[in-house]
Amino acid sequence: MAWLGEIDLGTKAAPVTGPMVSLIIDGQAIDVPEGTSVMRAAALIGTNIPKLCATDSLEAFGSCRLCLVEVEGRAGYPASCTTPVTPGMVVRTQTEKLKKLRRGVMELYISDHPLDCLTCAANGDCELQDQAGAVGLRDVRYGAGASHLGQAKDVSNPYFDFDPSKCIVCSRCVRACDEVQGTFALTIDGMGFASKVAASQAEDFFSSECVSCGACVQACPTATLVEKKVAEIGTPDRSVITTCAYCGVGCTFRAEMRGEELVRMVPWKEGKANRGHSCVKGRFAWGYANHKERILNPMIRASIDQPWREVSWEEAITHTASEFRRIQAKYGKRSVGGITSSRCTNEETFLVQKLIRAGFGNNNVDTCARVCHSPTGYGLKTAFGTSAGTQDFDSVMAADVVVIIGANPTDGHPVFASRLKRRLRQGAQLIVIDPRRTDIVRSPHIEAAEHLALRPGTNVAVLTAMAHVIVAEGLVDEAFVRERCDWSEFEDWAEFVADPRHSPEATERMTQVPAANLRAAARLYATGGNGAIYYGLGVTEHSQGSTTVLAIANLAMATGNLGRDGVGVNPLRGQNNVQGACDMGSFPHELSGYRHISDDATREMFEGLWGVPLDDEPGLRIPNMLDAAVDGVFKGIYIQGEDILQSDPDTHHVSAGLAAMECVVVQDLFLNETANYAHVFLPGSTFLEKNGTFTNAERRIQLVRKVMQPMNGYEDWEITQLLARALGYDMNYAHASEIMDEIAAATPTFAGVSFAKLDALGSVQWPCNAAAPEGTPVMHLGGFARGKGKFVRTEYVASEEKTGPRFPLLLTTGRILSQYNVGAQTRRTENSRWHEEDRLEIHPHDAEQRGILDGDWVKVASRAGDTSLRALITDRVAPGVVYTTFHHPSTQANVITTDNSDWATNCPEYKVTAVQVGRSNGPTDWQEEYEELSRRSRRIEAVAAE
Amino acid sequence: MSGTLDKLVRMANQIATEFANQQPARAADATSEHLRQFWDPRMRQAITAHLAAGGAGLGDIAREAIGRLDPTSAG
Repeated sequence: MAWLGEIDLGTKAAPVTGPMVSLIIDGQAIDVPEGTSVMRAAALIGTNIPKLCATDSLEAFGSCRLCLVEVEGRAGYPASCTTPVTPGMVVRTQTEKLKKLRRGVMELYISDHPLDCLTCAANGDCELQDQAGAVGLRDVRYGAGASHLGQAKDVSNPYFDFDPSKCIVCSRCVRACDEVQGTFALTIDGMGFASKVAASQAEDFFSSECVSCGACVQACPTATLVEKKVAEIGTPDRSVITTCAYCGVGCTFRAEMRGEELVRMVPWKEGKANRGHSCVKGRFAWGYANHKERILNPMIRASIDQPWREVSWEEAITHTASEFRRIQAKYGKRSVGGITSSRCTNEETFLVQKLIRAGFGNNNVDTCARVCHSPTGYGLKTAFGTSAGTQDFDSVMAADVVVIIGANPTDGHPVFASRLKRRLRQGAQLIVIDPRRTDIVRSPHIEAAEHLALRPGTNVAVLTAMAHVIVAEGLVDEAFVRERCDWSEFEDWAEFVADPRHSPEATERMTQVPAANLRAAARLYATGGNGAIYYGLGVTEHSQGSTTVLAIANLAMATGNLGRDGVGVNPLRGQNNVQGACDMGSFPHELSGYRHISDDATREMFEGLWGVPLDDEPGLRIPNMLDAAVDGVFKGIYIQGEDILQSDPDTHHVSAGLAAMECVVVQDLFLNETANYAHVFLPGSTFLEKNGTFTNAERRIQLVRKVMQPMNGYEDWEITQLLARALGYDMNYAHASEIMDEIAAATPTFAGVSFAKLDALGSVQWPCNAAAPEGTPVMHLGGFARGKGKFVRTEYVASEEKTGPRFPLLLTTGRILSQYNVGAQTRRTENSRWHEEDRLEIHPHDAEQRGILDGDWVKVASRAGDTSLRALITDRVAPGVVYTTFHHPSTQANVITTDNSDWATNCPEYKVTAVQVGRSNGPTDWQEEYEELSRRSRRIEAVAAE
Repeated sequence: MSGTLDKLVRMANQIATEFANQQPARAADATSEHLRQFWDPRMRQAITAHLAAGGAGLGDIAREAIGRLDPTSAG
């Protein structure tokens, strides 16, 4: 796509639900919805009224006085941005008087602005420059006198600079921070001539509360706030719309390029997931794509104690195929398998599972969703019939009560969190169920009505107690349940939850949630209007993860909070393509579209399509693969885009499993931790270098477009195809779109999806088929996918992970805004300046008991292992609970987590580990040994000079 | 018991406990069906062989459920 700056209509669109208003602008008649501004109406007929403080992503402000117009029959010169259209209005946008007024206003702005346009970073991309031209400014009479010129730049932020000498105090940055991001980090400090933009309490940007979402930079009409990359490279000359590769929100961006070089990522206004907003990761943290540690050549080695040897693609692929065939010949067909990645595209995951099922001839394929949202798939399929969330993100703007369970959206899903916060500022009520006091509990203009700070591991008890209140107090939406759900199953469930042992008072002792607060939360959710539940890994990563998902579904059905806008059950997916990886048949027991491998009709359809017989037995899940490896019967694995050594629980067990295999193939951007145990390394491509699709948390399928050639030589799906061919299984795709065509042909919920349709519509949400050719924003509108909604009893079963004298504290893990998952990408960007290491959050009471001071090295020990990191003392966690992130391999938080898992899916119980914490002198012996192993494992043989 | 077998016993008991709580009347059926749907044949054969060898550590419902699996294909 050629470079096109996005059109800015000046003010937001008015709701189209109201009546239309007819008016005349410069002699042209136009009809627009009531509430539209004169500025926007004019822009819609191609008349761009000069403006500076107005932009269509923000509420009209009316401060710059440049957009003045004349309205027949009215005195004065109203600002067109704050003047709504009225029936019969006659507007003139260009008169001699207006020209003179605008020139005068602009002259004043320019008199206090540096005239260094030719060397300015925004030269050619500056609204002030454009508007000076638009109003015909030719002379500035006010040369001498006080000015703001020469003020010092703030270059503290790693991604953008703030140059106050170029600021025109239009407040767009302040308003963007307030309205779009919702952080309220910026303000206009001082009055009159002394007015200036200030971050927090006049701090530098890096030290302030600014979260570097980039909204202020995007809103700035001058070069006051400008990306360092633009200053370094120059302005872009083309752009490509693509989809972010971080988190399940699925923001779409304009990748703005100069030649083959990426200049900046700017959130796309038309993107339906992000609506023009971004976070620090997607907006700025893409520098890993050309980081010096990226591996671009294939490498092999005979054993993991040897250095790597760079080889040609042909040698690497031939060697890999021969190793897999050798292993299968020696140990049997089911002795090998593979892992697809939620960071890769739908087409790539589909192809990996196809390679394993059709090429390896078994179903030993799994995906990283195993360790995050597999209970969502199980629970929602059981209750509603579809393994997916029910709403689109827009739905939150119609919610009256939002319940967040085990999720930290401001850190994990920041762009969705900004929209959620906007709705909360409009008056929606908030309930947070989380052991930690996450930022959303109390932030500017937001305070949760209830924060149920439960003891980790007691989700089911808390949610069943909420159900008890709803049933016992007669708050059930009986009409909904009778119409939409199985009534007899409901009656059985209602009788179960009504038992006094499930009352908040009875469960308080184990959950540590005060009964009165729990009752208040249940009443609010059931009676407060549209109730929407959003949840994350704090729900799923438990021994009863699937039961908790069922308990959430029960609550939503019992209160009628399903099947319309503003309600629903919404899993916030961790990685960018968790939903897609699951949809594509990455689980060992099911083919694409969640159809069990034992289903003869489905399997036979795939056999016909793929030309080979398929195994009708479920394969091994990731933890089962590792167990089988330790048992000596699973010997080879193909891992695309995952780092199981760092991300999966019980690191010692993972490393033992990997070490026991004879051929570990890692396809990735970097020599990740898993690659320490690999025999073949196949260099992968970044999201900037490939075509494909990602499916976000709202089932939205969006195009990933190649913006530059793959530095490693191949898109990831092409590498899988090479491997398949070398294994003797022919694949002949010329483009990723052909893989999607196959997915659509084989998967009923994707039947209407094609690259052409996605290109035309921007995105679609599955199901997308003959019944819903443009997709399905909200599911279960007239009834559930499975027919009647299914209520399931949810008895609380305490985790086997118990605290006691040896391990008296409970550890729970999570993530932080600036880092992503195992940090493979974000650690290789400037984001690490915000989070250089994992820290252990510990309550002041627990710290004092142990003589721990803030910043001390502490050892965290569980029955699985121990590691050391530094302490962060905070009452954000409750006494008895400690918390850490898992972004840094030097910490390896998963050395501590155990092999306990969800009963239905084997999703690990990351969120509950009994630990002891004590002071230490620094890294443990194991950490030092591991560091040495990593160093040795990353040696690459020098290539002899030719 | 090996580490893996110990884990399989724990997992089978977890599944049985959940289904006993969800639907007491058909807990063994549901458990057996779950094992068929989600456990690979080697895992099912291992747990079936363990039951045949006395089934140490397995609860009553898990035993009944595993007993319903085909010991040859464990299907």
